[in-house]
Formats: sequence, structure tokens, C-alpha cells
Amino acid sequence: MRAVVSSALEEVSVTKVRIKFRKYGVMKFIGHLDMMRYFQKAMRRAEIDIRYSEGFSPHQIMSFAAPLGVGITSDGEYLDIEVETSRSSQASVDALNQVMVEGVEVISYKKLPDHAKTAMSIVAAADYELSCKDGYEVPASCEAFQEALQQFFLQPQTVMITKQTKKSEKMIDLKQLVYNWHIQEQSGKPVFCMKLSTGSVDNLKPELVLDALYQSMGLTYDANAIQVHRCEVYTKTKQGFLTLDEMGEVIM
Amino acid sequence: MTKLALSDEILMKITNPARYIGNEWNSVVKDKEQIKIRFVMCFPDVYEIGMSHLGIQILYDMFNRRDDVWCERVYSPWPDLHAILKEQKIPLFSLESQEPVKNADFLGITLQYEMCYTNVLQVLDLSQIPLLAKERTNEHPIVIGGGPCTYNPEPIADFFDLFYMGEGEVVYDDLLNLYQSMREAGSSREAFLLEAAKLPGIYVPSLYEVTYQEDGTIASFMPLNEEVSPTVQKQLVMDLAKAPYPEKPVVPFIKATQDRVVLEIQRGCIRGCRFCQAGMVYRPTREKEVGRLKELAVQMLKSTGHEEISLSSLSSSDYSQLEELVTYLVDEVGGKGVNISLPSLRIDAFSLDVMRKVQDVKKSSITFAPEAGSQRMRNVINKGLTEETILHGAALAFAGGWNKVKLYFMLGLPTETREDMQAIPALANEIAMLYYDTVPKDQRNGKCQITISTSFFVPKPFTPLQWARMYPPQEYISRAKVVSDAVKGQLNRKSIKYNWHEADVTVLEGILARGDRRVGQAILKVYEMGAIFDAWSEFFDYGKWQSAFAECGIDPDFYTMRERSLDEILPWDFIDTGVSKEFLKREWEQAMRESVTPNCRARCAGCGVKRFGGGVCYESQN
Repeated sequence: MRAVVSSALEEVSVTKVRIKFRKYGVMKFIGHLDMMRYFQKAMRRAEIDIRYSEGFSPHQIMSFAAPLGVGITSDGEYLDIEVETSRSSQASVDALNQVMVEGVEVISYKKLPDHAKTAMSIVAAADYELSCKDGYEVPASCEAFQEALQQFFLQPQTVMITKQTKKSEKMIDLKQLVYNWHIQEQSGKPVFCMKLSTGSVDNLKPELVLDALYQSMGLTYDANAIQVHRCEVYTKTKQGFLTLDEMGEVIM
Repeated sequence: MTKLALSDEILMKITNPARYIGNEWNSVVKDKEQIKIRFVMCFPDVYEIGMSHLGIQILYDMFNRRDDVWCERVYSPWPDLHAILKEQKIPLFSLESQEPVKNADFLGITLQYEMCYTNVLQVLDLSQIPLLAKERTNEHPIVIGGGPCTYNPEPIADFFDLFYMGEGEVVYDDLLNLYQSMREAGSSREAFLLEAAKLPGIYVPSLYEVTYQEDGTIASFMPLNEEVSPTVQKQLVMDLAKAPYPEKPVVPFIKATQDRVVLEIQRGCIRGCRFCQAGMVYRPTREKEVGRLKELAVQMLKSTGHEEISLSSLSSSDYSQLEELVTYLVDEVGGKGVNISLPSLRIDAFSLDVMRKVQDVKKSSITFAPEAGSQRMRNVINKGLTEETILHGAALAFAGGWNKVKLYFMLGLPTETREDMQAIPALANEIAMLYYDTVPKDQRNGKCQITISTSFFVPKPFTPLQWARMYPPQEYISRAKVVSDAVKGQLNRKSIKYNWHEADVTVLEGILARGDRRVGQAILKVYEMGAIFDAWSEFFDYGKWQSAFAECGIDPDFYTMRERSLDEILPWDFIDTGVSKEFLKREWEQAMRESVTPNCRARCAGCGVKRFGGGVCYESQN
């Protein structure tokens, strides 16, 4: 499913734009609110003709799809903006990358249909990879983890675990919220790949899922040993999961 | 990508890891193989404060323009990281290279307020650099101090290899060139310091000896080497148009105190307030050219992406091209999401008109700094503001829709009487009355809100009040109580709020501001006892300081409670700021006579800085 290429000279009609970016390296220590501030300033540096709200202290019309926790890297972060006018997708991506610090790379800049809902409101799932950091070991072999995954998650009909929220704790069924979970082997160490329910309704953190597997094996999960990486963010349509930028068009 | 000095494990458990990773937009990373001199610039307070300081941005930019120099930054680690660095013996690192500070050639520390002195020791200690200059070897960086507190460097003289007196733009190139050539020649640290001391503006404390009289005052202050001058002359930039200014300031990821473009419009101040050190040591007033400022405003907004620009100077209303500059900013730069933030301008028709364009009148307030409540007291401190001017400005503001007023005063000024203290709330009450008398009920946006803030006066070196005595903490508190009681007795007490400053901090600031070399032992002692971040009320512990003074046999009252005699040798007398001691004495005597000295534009008071050959001293002669 490829994005449709729109015709040229549509500059003025473009209003909603979705931007996809990567966050890596030391930038994983910059929290969500500071990333928003970072992009607000970057928009100005790149001279993106972004739209401002009305009122005495106008702010840029900008929203992020799904906040990324401190310490997590990503290949699939999204933010939506509204613009007054726009250069082509390629020119805009280039302009933004000219003013990015190392650790943030803009991948795409696409026009959304005028009626499109914000990314934030349609996020349904995200892919994660959890791997062992350099200098750390995981407490079991790949085979042991594969076996445990069968026993704990793949075979049972329901997998109930406790999810702590700010105010209370509740029981959730991982079978309903984990859409895919498998283990790859890389240099003898396991990489846990999962597609998880994400967004405002049923947001599931990958660390919680892996912690549950560790607990089923009688192991203690050490957050310091694991690098969490988000690969992609999806919305759900009748055709199934779509990445958030598949619904945008390249501006020529 | 740069490897961080701290592990993920540490960064994930401390507050605000973004303080320590560098990588900010416009920060400068160079190939260290191509570099001859590594300079680390330090602001000894937390990142968000340090990153807001204009002086470091100017020097950072200036140094990095040289191909052979790499200037990096370091700030005080917050106490959570401080404990980890100590425990795990991780050396403090600079942000850009993430390499230990101790590997640099120079560590430059800016000294903006006395309460950062323990943080200076913290930075040295965590960097694993000996705290005492005399214990350092060729292996250690040259530790340089600069900034306003160097106008009395004596309390911290033991911790620095050298001090730079005055504005950094002038002699640094010569100092770095000297260092480079002497290093290539294989010279020792001592040899370099001796040569450095011969440069104008450079003070090497280890090359001077102080002797004391029996009563504790200074008997002599002399260089140990006859090649070294007995006085050190303040450096200042006479051609601000040619001076470098950072067109691409570093943009922090986390919100710094000053999260905006800062445009310096002039240096110095014509007013001559007798308590104000900056107003004396940055003389003469030098303006920047308005065309250059307009260009810089546009460039800096573009290069940073900041949403706000603010003007910086000691007294912006005295900038002769202010109207042209502000009109340009409001019309050409404002809008498109850029806010103009105005410094405290003199309240008049023009400033209110501009404020209306850039601020929400309902939310904003107008500010007056009369500094003293009575006209008599204002004459003593040479603060030209009159009650009539204040009331006139307030009336204009009230008519324009404002109803919030902030008033700033000092307590504990020389010759202050109970009547002077009570005049503070009386003035606030007058302003409140003016509001209720002049704004009809149906046009009021609620009550008027007047906030009085008082700080306690600390005499500073190189001011006409440098000889004044201070008071014990309980005396300051009782003066604040006089004001507080008087506020409660006012007719409009419900419209007036009163805040006052803490007294212990004031007394300590007074000791450190006018202390001599002997005070250094107590700073070292109190750091060993665990004092850091004294500028933060949650960490400041006056008890620790009292024990440190006692253990070192230092009587704090010697530094605070004495009115000094005019012929006493003051610890900072060896510095030549260009403002003559005769002028300061004359001004002290004028203060005692409650007599006002006109500002520099109205009439030259003969302070001595005319010999620098520029600025306001020559304005009318062009």
C-alpha cells in the first residue's frame, strides 16, 4: 500500500501535514515535552510556514502521536502540524534535517486529507524491539526464553496480569492487547519483538509485557539491561493495521 | 556519535538527564586532533541557570571562532549527580566532548554572585583538580575566574591561578597565544603565570602578598616579584560595534531560565546609583549601534528558532535609540509567534504604548524600583526617581487598564531611619489611593494589586557605599517587621502584598563580598562540611557557615559590622576600575549629605573613566 502522489502547485491548499522522524542516540534522554519544544524551535529554524493558534499568545498547531518515554529510541515517531503554505515533501524534509541535532532525523513529510483526524486520536498499536544493552547479560538462554514464551503467552487462551495505574491496579488480558510477540536471536542474545495496543484507550508498555514473561520464569527483570526501541506506530482500519504515514500523500 | 560520560543506568535515575548530555543545537563540536587549546567554560550553578547567562555565550562564541581553540561548557551537577560522581569517582566532564574537565588546558569559571563560591569548589573537586591553586601542577588546567565577583577576588584567591579583570573580549586572545607559545617552548606553569601577570587585566594572586595590622585591617598588599604591577587594570571594550556577538547561541533542550534570544543593547549605566556595583564598574556607558542590533535580532531568531526576544542592559530606557529599536522589533520581528519581552522600562506614554502591543494588559504588571521609600533616602543612594514620577507613571498605567504594580526597595541602607522604612508602605498606599481615585468603579478590573518586595542592602566593592556597615540578621528582620506592621495599618492594606528577603543570606553575602584572603579558609572548610548550592534556599545552611567561621577563627562581624574608615586599605584597592577612589569618597560624602549627583549625560561627575577615551564621556563632543 503506497501513498498516492498528488499533483504539483497545490501549495496553498495544504493544511494538515504529518511528519515522521527517528529518535536515537543521546536524544533518548530528552523527554516528550522537551521534544515538543525542540520541534517548535526547529519549525522556526527550517522556516516551515506553520499555522499559529489565535489569541494573545499564539502557539504552533502541533501534536504528537504517542509520547515516547525517556530512555526509549524510535524509528517511527509522528507529529502532525497545520501549515499555511508548504514546499514539496522532499524540500521540507531537507529543510528540517538541515536544522536537526544528531539523534533526530526527519524521514517523511506528507499531506493529510483535510478531514483527517490527528495522529494522537487514531493510534492503535506500535511495534517494539527489546534487546540486551552492551555490557549487560540477560539471565537465561534464547532457547529458555523461546520455551517460556510458548508456555506463558502463545499457548494459553488468556494471560491475565496486573497493570499498575496512577490510582489503582487492574487486571488485563495480554492476549487481547499483545497482537504479536516473537523472539529473534542476535549474536546469541534474544531480541523480543512485539506489536502492542497503544494509544489513549488501552496503552500497554513493552517493559510491563517483558517483565511478565520474566516473572513467569522466576527471573527478575532488570530495566537497566534492556534497551526499548519503538519501530513503528499504527492505526487500525478495516484493512488492518496501517502505519501512520500511509494515509498521507507526498507533496511534489 | 559522542559517547556519553555517564552510563544509561546513571542517566535514568537522576533528575533532568538532559543537563548532562550536550548535543544542543548550535553547540560546537570540533575535531580534537586539530585543536591546540582546550578551554572549558563553567557557570557554577545548575544548567538551567548557567545556560541563561549571556557572558558565557559571548565568550563561547568568541573562543570557538578561533580554529586552534575548542571551548566547551560545564555546569554544577545537581546534588543527586554530585553524590554519584563522588561515590563512583567519575571525573566531572564537559558537555561537548564528554571528556574529563581536568584534561583541558583552561577551566574558566564565571563568578556572578558570591553565593556560588562553594559551587566553585564543587566543580574543582568533582573535576579532580586540587582545590588550592598552589597544589596544582603542569598536569592540571589553568583555573581562571572572571565576572562581577572578581572585583573583590580575595576571598577566593587561593582557589584560582589567575583572574581576568573586566570584559572578556579584550585580552583573552593574548592570554591564549601566550599560553600556546610558552607551552611549545616547554615552560612551566609558574613561568606562564608570571608572564600572564604582565598582561593588562590579569591578576595572579599567588604573585602578591598581603600583610595585616594588629586590628585585622590590611597593612600592605604588594607584588612578590618586581616585574609584576602593584595594580591591575580592568579591561573594557571601547568599540562595541566590532566586538563579536553570538549570532548562533546554543539552544538548550530543557527550558532554561532565559529561554529566549537576548540582545545586549548597551554596557554601563549613566545613573550612578551609589549602591550599584555594575553601574560603577562597567563605566563608561557604551551604546551599540541600532542598525547592527536590528540585524542581530533577525539573525539570532532565525539561528535559534526561539519564540521570544528580550533586550538586555542595566537601564534600557537610557538607550538613546530605544524607540527606534523597539518599534522595529514590534513591527518587523514580532507577530508570527515571536514575543517581544521588554526589560523594566521607565513607565511613560511610550513604554505603556509598546507594552500594550506586546503583553496582555490584564495579566501583566508595571514595575517601579524606587529602591527606597523616602525622598531623603533616595537622595542618599542617588536614585533619581521621585514620588511624583512614580505616581504620574502609575496614573498613566491605571488609565491604560493596568491594575498590578510591583515595587522594589532595599532596607538597611546607610542612615536609614524608622521614618524611611515606613515611607515604603506609605508610597504603596498612595499608589493604591490613586487607583481608587482615578479609575471609575465600572472601569476597574477588580482591586489593584500592589506587591512590595524588599531586599536587604549589601555594600559592594567599588561603590560609594563600600565603606558602610551592615547589621545583624535580627536587625534586618526587625526592619522588615516595621514595614510589615505599617502595611497592615494602611487604609488599602487589602490591595498591598509584602515580601521580604532572608536575612542570613544577606549577612553571608556581605562577608563574602567584602572579605579578604583569610575568608578563603572558611569557604574551604564549609565545602568540606558539605555546603553546596548556597544560592538555593532549600540547600543553604547558615549554621554550617557559622561553624566554619568559628573553626577557622574568623570573626564575621569584622567584615560586616564595621564602618570602614576612608583611609583603610581595602582588599580590592589594587584593582583599577578606572573609577577613582577619590570619586567614590566624594560620592560617599555626598551620600552622607543627602545630596544628589546628576547622571553622566546631564553633567560629568569626573569619576575618572574618561581616560578610556569613549562612550558617554564623549557623546556630546561628536
